[in-house]
Amino acid sequence: MSAISATAHAHTAHAAHHEVGFVRTYIFSTDHKMIARQFLFLGLFMMIIGGLLALMVRWELAWPETPVPGLGSILTETGGILEPSQYNMAFTMHATLMIFFVIMPILAGAFGNFCIPLMIGARDMAFPFLNMLSFWVAALSGVLMLSGFFVPGGHAAAGWTSYAPLSAVPEYTGTNWGQNLWCISLFVLGVSSMMGAINYITTIINMRAPGMKLFRMPLVVWSLFITAILLLLALPVLTSGVAMLLFDRTLGTNWFKPSGGGEPLLWQHLFWYFGHPEVYILILPAMGIASEILPVFARKPIFGYHAMAFSMIAIAFLSWVVYGHHMFVSGMNPALGMSFMVTTMIIAVPSAIKTFNWLGTLWGGRIQLKVPMLNALAFVWMFVIGGLSGIFMASTPVDIYIQDTYFIVAHIHYVVFGGSIFGAFAAIYYWFPKMFGRLTNTALGHLHFWPTFVFFNLTFFPMHIIGVGGQMRRIYNPLQYEFLQHQQHWNVFITYSALLLGLSQIPFVINFFWSLFAGQKAPLNPWNANTLEWTAPSPPPHLNWGPTVPTVYRGPYEYTSPESREDFLPQSQPPLVRAGAARH
Amino acid sequence: MLNWWLPENVSTYGEEIDWLFHLIYYITGAVFIIVTVAFLSFIVIYRDRPGRRARYTHGNTPLEIVWTVVPALILVVLTFLSVPAWSKIKMTMPQTDFVVQVTGKQFNWQVTYPGPDGQFGTADDKTFLDEMHVPVGKPIRINLKSQDVIHSFFVPQFRFKQDAVPGREIPQWFEVTKPGQYEVPCAELCGFGHSGMRAWIYAHSAEDYTKWAAENLRAGAAAAAPETKQEPEKPAAKTGGRAKQ
Repeated sequence: MSAISATAHAHTAHAAHHEVGFVRTYIFSTDHKMIARQFLFLGLFMMIIGGLLALMVRWELAWPETPVPGLGSILTETGGILEPSQYNMAFTMHATLMIFFVIMPILAGAFGNFCIPLMIGARDMAFPFLNMLSFWVAALSGVLMLSGFFVPGGHAAAGWTSYAPLSAVPEYTGTNWGQNLWCISLFVLGVSSMMGAINYITTIINMRAPGMKLFRMPLVVWSLFITAILLLLALPVLTSGVAMLLFDRTLGTNWFKPSGGGEPLLWQHLFWYFGHPEVYILILPAMGIASEILPVFARKPIFGYHAMAFSMIAIAFLSWVVYGHHMFVSGMNPALGMSFMVTTMIIAVPSAIKTFNWLGTLWGGRIQLKVPMLNALAFVWMFVIGGLSGIFMASTPVDIYIQDTYFIVAHIHYVVFGGSIFGAFAAIYYWFPKMFGRLTNTALGHLHFWPTFVFFNLTFFPMHIIGVGGQMRRIYNPLQYEFLQHQQHWNVFITYSALLLGLSQIPFVINFFWSLFAGQKAPLNPWNANTLEWTAPSPPPHLNWGPTVPTVYRGPYEYTSPESREDFLPQSQPPLVRAGAARH
Repeated sequence: MLNWWLPENVSTYGEEIDWLFHLIYYITGAVFIIVTVAFLSFIVIYRDRPGRRARYTHGNTPLEIVWTVVPALILVVLTFLSVPAWSKIKMTMPQTDFVVQVTGKQFNWQVTYPGPDGQFGTADDKTFLDEMHVPVGKPIRINLKSQDVIHSFFVPQFRFKQDAVPGREIPQWFEVTKPGQYEVPCAELCGFGHSGMRAWIYAHSAEDYTKWAAENLRAGAAAAAPETKQEPEKPAAKTGGRAKQ
């Protein structure tokens, strides 16, 4: 053993001291932690663009056909007024960027890359070069996506769901290369996601530290493992779908065009067969993050570890057989709608199990309301609302009415912003000290969290109300409809809240960059947490640990264990009793 | 009962949808309140205070079973309660002699009446643009089609919504209970003119409708026929609403 570790030591010492240049360290790096940071920066940058697009959409809905402040210099022809086709482009690209270039890069890309090797005790990913390629292919995809804003005819404007034949025939939307670039970009991104997914799955199966049994893995690793499997199986369906769409647009095929014998509903089946697992790709890592942070700041083991892991597996399985609930009124056979209603109702059960187990984790804890914990608690609470509002749509008769209304918009934002984005904020505050070696500013953290939480709810909760009132999604001007006139004041209210929600992100940006350069140096284990990443230096060097990787003796959530006088017991700390017994 | 922001319902089956809607309101509302009270009180009661140690527990199997089975039961009941309304609205077609053909196109609804001969595709068909007249108290069958992209025929006050898919003809029905005029927005993004694509349904009493029909649907009556550019029609795949006729 000692001989092996000595060789390993020599090897790692050699590797650590092997100087690599600036380019290999910061740009074309194969280090999973640098790739994680790159994904994080990509996601945060895209979040600014996606957020500004959302504010343009909100402005238009509150004060239709008035100039959007700041757009006068860009849209010179109209003096800053969004035209309907530009409005369609704005919401299409808001959703596309937020889903594919913000949440997926941050949760799966950044924290998948950062957490998996560090938390299972691996020195890097199984395929470091593939990992680097995965980021740069994603970056290429991002450039392709952004370039769509600059082509004649504007960017894609058929919604992020791009229903054919609207998206399949350039004349129907008036966008030509915008929609083509949308297809090409997502095709390229699909390749990137596949590379990432293969890497995550292989790493988790093969590269766990000694003693790290599957059921000793932190739940965030479980969630990323399941997410990677979903990515591997779901993304190729979208990738094929967008290729078919591109062929319909440019090569004259007729997959989705009825004029040539194609079938518009085929696109919806392909899209949602990907799209529903995608929803869980967005939320599962956030669930894992919450399951990680709640025990740390409640100083208590997670309630029902196995129930948590198995409910995520159940969600992953069921996510393949619920997608038809997006298509209840699409013209799909209504008998099929009935069976999708049954599966959709069932998938609510594992989500309920998770919620109750989070509550169980809080029960009897010693709850420290630090900034990561506040964001994780907000995740749990907001996910409850998002989950419960989903039950309305699961009931097929009710869905007839609320399909395509703002009720759906409210629901998705409670899940994806209230869920995934609060999960992402929680993760950033929690792992920032390890990722960058510096602590974030607590006061600024509070100044970011509280307004964000309040204005998030003031923005998205009233959308339920106007949705129940019948307001359709994706309309340019609610005042064109008589039955929507009486609730226009809500649209104004929502827009004010959304603007303030946008402003609430300023403390986050300041905190992020200030802490990055001037934050207090982080200790090894600032939160007194148990998992393996906190045994590595902050920030961890290349190959993460010195001569030997840690050995794992127990599960990840042994907080306030009777075995220890401290209120935490790291996974890698050898058991005292056994050490004593061995001496006898 | 509180109406919870829903617009007035004027269709026969709308009540069943509203009833389910309200039921889910109360169930989810109760669950939300219970969870929120537990959540907030745990945060307050178990906040970090000096000298307290957290409880060391890994879970509780009976509790896990309870909170798996109880939500599952509630959801199963909800599923069973949803089935009758769904099969009534989307899977059955009441006996009726009132048939209208509705075709969506960028960015209008074309409403076609068969005329005195009761047949579509004959010379006495009457087509109206963004305007539909129906009697109350009678099931109305509409055959929903689209010429170009997907549109969605949405009548908020009827609790009616159905996508119109090019290449398909989807039979649907509703029955209005109260005379009036009701907006029909398009609910599926259909292009730059999506917003503002809207028709009106005029629901008349039986006498008023007869009068309107006599004036407007007679052979030779000058209907407000638009320039209907009929594309070479392909045989529409009969799927979607599997109607018992």
